[in-house]
Amino acid sequence: MTNMLRSRWWSWGFRSAVMLYFVVLIVCPILGIYGQSLSGGWSSFLDNLTEPLAWNAVLLTVKLALVATLINVAVGTMSGWVLTRYRFPGRKLLNSMVDLPFALPTAVVGLMILLLLGPRSAVGKWADSLGFTILFHQPAIVVAMVFVTFPFVIRAVQPLLEEIDASEEEAAYTMGATKAKTFFRVILPNMMPGILSGAMLAFSRALAEFGAVVLVAGNIPGRTQVASVYIFGQIESDHPAAAAAVSVLLLTFSFVILWLVNYVQTRRTAR
Amino acid sequence: MTIRRLWIGLTFVLFGLLLGIPVVRIAIGAFDGGWSGFIDGVGRPEALHALMMTGMIVVIVTVINTIFGVMLALYLVRANWLGTQLKRLLNSIVDLPFAVSPIIGGLMIVLLLGPDAALGALLNKAGIDIVYALPGMVLATLFVTFPLIIREVMPVLQEIGASQEEAAHMLGAYPWTTFWRVTWPSIQWSVVYGVVLTVARTLGEFGAVLVVSGNILFKTQTATTLVYQDVENFNVTAANSVALVLAACSVGLLLFMEWVKSRKEN
Repeated sequence: MTNMLRSRWWSWGFRSAVMLYFVVLIVCPILGIYGQSLSGGWSSFLDNLTEPLAWNAVLLTVKLALVATLINVAVGTMSGWVLTRYRFPGRKLLNSMVDLPFALPTAVVGLMILLLLGPRSAVGKWADSLGFTILFHQPAIVVAMVFVTFPFVIRAVQPLLEEIDASEEEAAYTMGATKAKTFFRVILPNMMPGILSGAMLAFSRALAEFGAVVLVAGNIPGRTQVASVYIFGQIESDHPAAAAAVSVLLLTFSFVILWLVNYVQTRRTAR
Repeated sequence: MTIRRLWIGLTFVLFGLLLGIPVVRIAIGAFDGGWSGFIDGVGRPEALHALMMTGMIVVIVTVINTIFGVMLALYLVRANWLGTQLKRLLNSIVDLPFAVSPIIGGLMIVLLLGPDAALGALLNKAGIDIVYALPGMVLATLFVTFPLIIREVMPVLQEIGASQEEAAHMLGAYPWTTFWRVTWPSIQWSVVYGVVLTVARTLGEFGAVLVVSGNILFKTQTATTLVYQDVENFNVTAANSVALVLAACSVGLLLFMEWVKSRKEN
């Protein structure tokens, strides 16, 4: 009897400890930041957001993240297709290389891009001779975002391609469809949920990226300063309210995206 | 057939350009000053201290995350004492750190526990520093890496179902025995995979740690924030050396992950 009682106490203690940890670690900080941003009332929250530098940083981030996502959709769909459909020497190596951007520290990624695109590198000189610079300008930010979000679309597309019923494709061929037509009418629609959720995850990651971007962006306020770098600058110069306001905007945006991804995925599995 | 060749070739070129060359460039850059340049870069006292800080954070975060991650995954899948609705809500909260920019993750901790916050001031009076010290950096990293293990373990638990555990329970096994003898063998490789992901993410964590640590030399500087500071000070060769150490760790972890993946599938 005492043994049973003790085990019940133990399990009750475990449960509360784990749940408490969960709530304190995850829920409290998120509520805290929403609270902090609104602590000065709505008007100061809006003032912090409509501050030209803040607003420019947000717009720039959204614009560049969109460009990076589009590049990744094109590149990722193609690579995902090649890696699942074709068998060739080196395929396994390429397939494991896909995860490299997730494994590498973002500061290291920033340093890589800095070295590769800098004014003394081959690419930098070439771009210079054409009359534009990459590093510390918007193209460098896009390159950083593309690198960091590279795996998302590929990893979202691959399982779908493996699942596609070969008979659908064969039926299309038998009925005389060309390869291109089969791809666009049969295969692409099947890949669509993967492309969409991969693209949304990549977009939300690109919005949030800091480490790779801060080293290559130049961070000129209003011109090459992205939102996360703006937030960092506000923290450093001791304006937590301004930092919190922009953070809340970005967070809400990311939460909506995350929810949409979940929605797309649950709808797919429910079907 | 030729089209096929074209696509494969294009993929190779793309991967080489986008993933291969950058990694090779770091390796070359680290040896700009020869072996001695690399040794100097890594052997600097600040670099050694930074690598030690990173190592400490990795160990603490991985241990805490593994214990709580596995237990929480078990509760979220198996517990009857949580209602279905509540379980669904908690399940979606688990993912939230993925959506939070690391910078914002750091900001949250500074806002809640920093010297200006009520709780932070209270702890400060008691002599406990959280922000600009190790505990804050561990907290920030815990927040950022929170979902990784849970997300690896939960699908496996759902797949294997509860029938074996129920059988063990019926036969009179204690919960502890049931866990080690029945549940653990089927989830162990997923846990290992999640742990490797956590280690990789912790090694590379930059934004959250930068905000929380204040990047104080010889005190709270980690390997990634040292790379950042070196670059800001135009000390590129030294930055490269430390970056190469980090990149080598990540590539090693990646290879290990591939191995674990193949074990997991068997």
